[in-house]
Amino acid sequence: MPSQEVLDWLRARFFPHIWCPGCGHGIIMHAILRALVDLGKKKEETVIASGIGCSSRMPGYIDACTLHTTHGRSLAFATGVKLANPKLTVIDVMGDGDCTAIGGNHFIHACRRNIDITAVVMNNNIYGMTGGQASPTTPVGAYATTAPYGVIDVPFDICKLAAGAGASYVARATVAHPLLIEKYVKTAISKKGFAVVEVVTHCHTQFGRKNKRPRPIDNINFFKENSVMYNKATTMSKEELEGKIVIGEFVNADLPEYVEQYMKLIESLGGNR
Amino acid sequence: MPKVQFWQGNTAVAMGALAAGCRFFGGYPITPSSEIAETMALELPKVGGRFIQMEDEIASIAAVIGASLAGYKAMTATSGPGFSLKQENLGLAYMAEVPIVVVNVMRGGPSTGLPTKVSQQDVMQARWGTHGDHEAITLAPASVQECYELAIEAFNLAERFRQPVIFLGDEVVGHMREKIIVPDDGTFTVLNRKRPKTRPEEYVPYKPDPEDDIPPMAAFGDGYRWHVTGLTHDEWGFPTNDPEVIERKILRLVRKVRRFRDEIVRYETYEVSDADMIVVAYGSVSRTALSAVREARSKGLKVGFFRPVTLWPFPDKELQALVNNVKAVLVPELNCGQMVLEVERVVSGRAKVFAKGLVNGELFRPSEIFEFIKEVA
Repeated sequence: MPSQEVLDWLRARFFPHIWCPGCGHGIIMHAILRALVDLGKKKEETVIASGIGCSSRMPGYIDACTLHTTHGRSLAFATGVKLANPKLTVIDVMGDGDCTAIGGNHFIHACRRNIDITAVVMNNNIYGMTGGQASPTTPVGAYATTAPYGVIDVPFDICKLAAGAGASYVARATVAHPLLIEKYVKTAISKKGFAVVEVVTHCHTQFGRKNKRPRPIDNINFFKENSVMYNKATTMSKEELEGKIVIGEFVNADLPEYVEQYMKLIESLGGNR
Repeated sequence: MPKVQFWQGNTAVAMGALAAGCRFFGGYPITPSSEIAETMALELPKVGGRFIQMEDEIASIAAVIGASLAGYKAMTATSGPGFSLKQENLGLAYMAEVPIVVVNVMRGGPSTGLPTKVSQQDVMQARWGTHGDHEAITLAPASVQECYELAIEAFNLAERFRQPVIFLGDEVVGHMREKIIVPDDGTFTVLNRKRPKTRPEEYVPYKPDPEDDIPPMAAFGDGYRWHVTGLTHDEWGFPTNDPEVIERKILRLVRKVRRFRDEIVRYETYEVSDADMIVVAYGSVSRTALSAVREARSKGLKVGFFRPVTLWPFPDKELQALVNNVKAVLVPELNCGQMVLEVERVVSGRAKVFAKGLVNGELFRPSEIFEFIKEVA
């Protein structure tokens, strides 16, 4: 049962939520809210942005300044919010299709710009809301409504993408590790710079049914059995890592942050007068 | 003291926006509008504002909407291909009622078309480009002076009506240089969006004031918590499937502009009182059209001139009032016949309507429009 402090962050009047029973998104929302409560964030100074998809309905349930935008574009909206008012804590919640397909360009540029926003990417390997179509993170060989013979295109590794594009903080957990999610999201929010937390979750309804993990528990067990901490993974061979989910913190660097740099520019031009 | 400058239209748009209080610009390079972004990049940080070059046209309008939600007056500028890309988020700004200004410096199309050459082919896109019902407000400048003044007006309308305003320039007006008298700050009206007077816990973000159908707008960070979505929503901003609530929302979106159209509509006339022909022209074409009308007058032809400054809402009543005693209405424009459709609707058989299009990337010469007048006369 969530704590009273967490419940205070919810717009509980909209419950029951639209997610399927057993969906992982609730676990992620709870972890984000625990992180916000622990960090002592204020609801009126916290912006939660999202795009389109199941994951993107999350802001509707959070009693903060919430911004439900267009498919894939939420980071660009969030960038405008953050640059306009740097005092705000800005969190962007995305799905895998939202983040890496239609929003891929915005994602890599938010990483490159290193703007102080936290992106929580809920990766369930599928387009859930629209009925189970393949996404850029659907594994090769997996089935989807638009991959009835199995996926043949190679998936993105969201964390490698974020690290390569220049994010300050990159971490991955799964919904079988809710305390890790909370820890990483907390670190991500506290990080001055663009921070990405990929949370591997499941869509038993759309992905699981076609891929031999039809019940929520099948997925949680799958994540538990196949997750490997990053430190251990560095000692394993490529063959040993086949089919494993590497979790942990991949990047935690102190890099120049975009808004801070812009504020310095304003200062140097006397624009604060 | 007002300053006299020798500016190009795009510079005047940027400087007018700054004078109106624009403090955020999100942009992406595109000819023939890039000078607006360049001017904003130079000027905004000097006044504590923000300029950001985004990764694409879609992102630049998205950032602008985000900044407006955080309380800033915000603008983006583009041309045809970019305007096409912006249509998705333009729709979100209509739906979520976010004041922004979008500049489209028109070039020839379709597609990449003519990056450095003029057209007026985006007139209907400015009206109906994004999907779904909405009421567009579109301003078309014809001079550098007007670029400055209408940029201020565009912000005033966006702030007043809580919606996007399209500033529809064209390559000729954007790139030509001429004298402009820059008014002193404080000598023109600057409007700001209505802020809520209620306490945060009582704030209903989409509850309109009955006198104008427009809900007061809080800013993220101002102490108010509210939800913004592109989904059709109720007065609290949350998605709805209730047919009554849906209809109320969409009808209000349209009504909030329509009921004030008399205050929005701008137009200009010349020698219309005794005219038996009227030339309707807008943007850069209106300049050569006016020359041609003057020429025709000097030759004894009773020709008048009508220039819509607001293309949308179109000054329909105002044009209609002039056409009862004329035999012909002439519409020269840099497309294959777009605004002429609106003129035909307005004239509604009271006079004959003649269209003259030009789509070769050039501007009409006054002599071409004069010939057009003579042909019809």
